[in-house]
Formats: sequence, structure tokens, C-alpha cells
Amino acid sequence: MAQRASTASKKSPQVSTAVIKDLHERMVRIRLFETEAGKLMEAGKLPGFLHLYVGQEAVGAGVMTALRDDDQITSTHRGHGHAVAKGVGFRAMYAELYGRVTGACLGRGGSMHINDLTRGMLGANGIVGAGVPIAVGAAFAARYKGEDSVAVTFFGDGSTNIGAFHEGANMAAILGLPVVFVCENNGYAEFTPQSAHMLLTDVADRAAAYGMPSVIVDGMDAVAVHRAATDAVARARSGAGPMMIEAKTYRYFDHQGVKGLRHPYRSDEEVAEWKARDPIDLIETRALADGTATRAELDDVWRRTREEIAEAIVYAEASPLPDPADLLLNVYSG
Amino acid sequence: MTSMTTTTEAAAVATRKLTYVKAFNEGLAQAMREDENVFVAGEDVAGYGGVFRMFDNLLDEFGPRRMIDTPISEAALVGLGVGAAARGLRPVVDLMFMDFIGVCLDQIVNQAAKMKYMFGGALSVPLTITTASGAGLGAAAQHSQSLEAWLAHVPGLKVVMPCDAYTAKGLTVSAIRDDNPTVVMLNKVLLGSTGEVPEEIYGIPLGQAHTARQGSDVTVIALGRMVGEALAAADELAAEGVEIEVIDPRTVQPLDTETMFASVRRTNRVLVVHEAVTFGGLGAEIAAQIQDVVFDYLDAPVLRIGAPFSPVPFSPVLEKAYVPDRARIAQGCRRLLERS
Repeated sequence: MAQRASTASKKSPQVSTAVIKDLHERMVRIRLFETEAGKLMEAGKLPGFLHLYVGQEAVGAGVMTALRDDDQITSTHRGHGHAVAKGVGFRAMYAELYGRVTGACLGRGGSMHINDLTRGMLGANGIVGAGVPIAVGAAFAARYKGEDSVAVTFFGDGSTNIGAFHEGANMAAILGLPVVFVCENNGYAEFTPQSAHMLLTDVADRAAAYGMPSVIVDGMDAVAVHRAATDAVARARSGAGPMMIEAKTYRYFDHQGVKGLRHPYRSDEEVAEWKARDPIDLIETRALADGTATRAELDDVWRRTREEIAEAIVYAEASPLPDPADLLLNVYSG
Repeated sequence: MTSMTTTTEAAAVATRKLTYVKAFNEGLAQAMREDENVFVAGEDVAGYGGVFRMFDNLLDEFGPRRMIDTPISEAALVGLGVGAAARGLRPVVDLMFMDFIGVCLDQIVNQAAKMKYMFGGALSVPLTITTASGAGLGAAAQHSQSLEAWLAHVPGLKVVMPCDAYTAKGLTVSAIRDDNPTVVMLNKVLLGSTGEVPEEIYGIPLGQAHTARQGSDVTVIALGRMVGEALAAADELAAEGVEIEVIDPRTVQPLDTETMFASVRRTNRVLVVHEAVTFGGLGAEIAAQIQDVVFDYLDAPVLRIGAPFSPVPFSPVLEKAYVPDRARIAQGCRRLLERS
């Protein structure tokens, strides 16, 4: 039966003080991790590519605060935010960006393959859409083993044009698996605007093709994302099957790196419009207005995080490089 | 006639004749009994038992929890296997025809094969992919290919090519027990062939070639179905007083080249035969490694026999001309012996 996407309620949501503070802290951690990584790249210190998550923090934080440690996620090429929000440590992440042997992938993966199985982070992924079927498999394994963990797969608007997404969505639906599909619609597939890559306005409408309910949320509002994710996760955990969340959000930096390399593909006005609804500003304003937190408390989160990041970067820079004698390490098991 | 495989390796255990496909089925069932984490997913594998009857009766014994019929969605199917393997299960996913690998190559090549490496060894991907390969049934260009060279080229994958009932069972069991993503290339023409197969579960070591027949004049390295053709050619040549040694690599990734080198040191002549196209095939790799290591022992250039550089044709007369056979192998051996 076809189902239209519903739009999440705009009324003032009821979430606990602890959740608001948690959302804020996770977003600050992502923001600072990414802005520092961007600076390091511009300074020429990091090899490879860097797809920054700044602007989209409310999605990663909102979903991850609805998850348990044993819930699994698959991520994308823009995966740092998911990793940070799922609890992967700064040291292992920066060391990986630097290509050091202490990195999350021992320096073998880099930005697009950061993972931490102890945190249920099944990996960023360099192939658009490829994480979707893998999350379906993780959910299958949970049910097979009689566990009640769920799997969340993150993907962008652009990846809903690739087969792996559609096959994975249908597979999860027909097998009734506990998968939550989270589309981070930032309006662009690399440099191509959504209007040029699909005729739909709402990606969530695609869920109906698989008999899957969906909901559209303001992806700049971490509380709204958290509430939608809490509902979808509870539904999946109860055995009611998969569901899709479309979070409308925005990417502050370029597809890759910090600045656009060639022609401007979006206007300064558009960027400014989205930045005026910055997800961290939004939650801070809300927290201060309703007395959830004081300015000093919020500032303390920024200060503590800056310190932790500075220490992690020192650690990464001081870490040893991988030994070329170990080129064949981990190609095979056994 | 009892094959050399059986007499040399399974002499002390109870055996009986089984078809290649039943041997595969028995190995899979025994591996599922051995390990609760093994399950099978694919198109028509459960209710229908597989289009080649590879999965006959498994639904009855193991039930729908462990025998999963899926949509025709190979990318999601292999991805399901990758994700489940990453979470500790031992999936067996079936791709029916090897030609279908084109629609799920990303999950095999970029995900399954690289995950352990890219993740710094944090996990293993004990995934088994079963598929039917090979020409000879008039199935035409999209249902007949032997694409082992594609997969053997990808670090992280293992690839096995059973040539008879005995290896169909033993290599399948080893693939399932192995902690790496492993592709089991069954051969469609051989599915109904029979051979002696032990009743007990057994694995055949991956990465170990088998000398299927000993001989002193020419080394013939044959892949998959070509092993049987090479053994038939050996009988023909023996009547002419020529003794060829037939080596079955069994596993093409990893490839046991030491067994090949040792043989070439004795015979000084070598022919490689596979039913995949010659260009860029395993024969090229094997020939290159042989000239690297045992060049001084060669009395003639390494001879490769494979299919011509064309899609697999449909019409039986064309298909017969396309696939290498015992006559071409025998002729190749005679050519090698004409050089001195």
C-alpha cells in the first residue's frame, strides 16, 4: 500500500534536559572536529580527500542520541560526523586522517573508511549508496542472533538515484528487517542540485515504493531529528520493519574540502539563508530560552572540546607512520 | 572409472558415487549442521531449491530462518551477506549464474574484498558466494562465462573452481569455513557428472594445487572443467607413448605456483588451459610466473589454450568450436613436444 511521507510535527517537542545537552555536545564535537580538519587540510597537512559534515550536525547527533551502543550504523563518504556522534574517539580519527598507524584503520583507510566496531560504526564508505545493503545485512544478523539491535543507514539525496539504495530498501522491507533509512538531503549530489537529479521534491516519497513509511524532518533542528529517530528506531526494534527519515539539511563547505574549486554552483545568498538557521545556534538559543543550560555551561562544552581536539591533533602528529614492510597486512584473514 | 583425486586422497574413508551438484549440496548441508551461523540467501534457493537443484531439501532441514529467498537484487543480496558477515555470521549467497556478477560487483570488489584491509583488520568477512559458471549448455553470452580472472585480480578475494564431485564438496566446505570472502565457481556442465565422494564432511585446503595425473613429458595446468578434458587428453596421449602431468590448481586465488614450478622442473614443457578467453586470463599470469621462476628449465615457450576473444556463442556448433577440449589439449601437447 502506498504511503505518503508525513511531515514531523512542528509543535514544541518535549525532550529531557539531558537529551538537549547531549545533542548540543555531540554537535559541537562534530563542528569542531570538522573545522579543525578543514584547517589542517588547507595547511597541507592531510593527504587525500576530505568531505566535511559541517552544517549537517543535527542529523548525526539527532539520530545517534536515539541509538544504543550496540545499534549499528553504515555511513557515507561524508562520514566524520556520524563517527563522532556514534562515539568514535578523536585520536583514532585524526590519526587516520594523518595516515598514521595509530589511526582507526591503521592508516590503511583514511577519511572515507573510518570505522569502530566497538561503537557499532560499520564504516564510512567511498562508494555512494553501498552502505545501504550492508546495513540491511547488519540488521539481518541482529535478528538472526535473536538480538534487538537495529541498523541505521545514512545516505544523501544523490545516493537515492543508485541501485544499491533501491535494492536495499526493498530487501529490508520484504524481509521486515530493523533498518532505519536516514536520508540527509543537503540538496546537492556533489555539485548537482536536487532539481537536476530527480523530479521529486521529497526523497521520502521514494519510501512508498517499498511499502515503507517515511517522515520528513527539519534537518537543522536536532530535537526534531531526535524525536523522529526515536520513533523510527522504536518501531524497527519492535519488529515492525524499516522506515525512512528524510532530514532536510545543508552542507556549509564544498563537496570536497572547504572551498569551491571552480564555478560557483550555489549562491552566497543560499548559503547565508541556511547558515541563519545553524543547528548549533538553534539548540543554544532554545536551551538558553527555556533555562535548560546557561551560557557558561554551553561555553564550557566548546572549551572542553577544543582542548580534547588540540590534544588529539598533537597525538596524531606525534604518532608513527605505517611501516612499508607491512604493506600486505590485513589483506587476508588467517 | 574412479578418478585419481579419489584414490589418492580419500582411499581410507567410506565413499560412494554422487553427482557434482549433490556433492555440493551435501557439503553445504554438513557445513550448516557444523555451524549455526551459516545461512543461505539467494533467488529461489529456499522454496524452489535453486534452479540447478543446488539447494534441494535444505529448506526442509534448516527452515526459513536459515534458507532465505530474496528478490532479484544481487547488489542487496551480496550486501546483505557483507553486512551479516561483518556482524559475525557466515553467509552463503548464491548468484545463480556467474554472469550476473556484473550487477553486484561493487559489493564484491569494493566492499567484501576490501573491508578487512580498509578497516585496519578490525573484522573479517567470512562470506561465501556460490555461482554457476561455464559454457556448454547453449546458454549464450550472458549465461556462460568463466570470469575467474576478474575476481582473482582483486586482493582480498579467494576463488575456487571445483572440477569434480569430490572437489565440489570439499572446496565448498573450505570456502564456508574460511574467514575471507570466497567465490565458489561451480561448473554448469559438470553438475550432473558423478564421482566418488566421502560421506563425512571434509575440507580441501585453499591455495593447494592437486596433481591429478603424474607424467614426465608435459605439464598441463587445467582450470575447472578443463581438468577432466586434460585427463581425457592424457589417456589419448598415453596411447601414443606421451605421459602428461595434469595439475588442477583448485584455487585460483591464492594460486599454488610452487606445485607448478616443481612439475615444470621435471617436464620442461607446460601448457595452461582454461575455458575463459585467453587474453588476460589466468594462463597469462601462470605463464608469466613460470618464466619468472623456472625459465631455465623450459624447452619450449609456455603454451596457453583458452577461448577466442569473443562472447560465448549460442549455436551449439559455434559453442563447441569456442570451448577448449581434449583434442585441442592433446594437439597442444604434441606441438610442445615437436620443439626441442
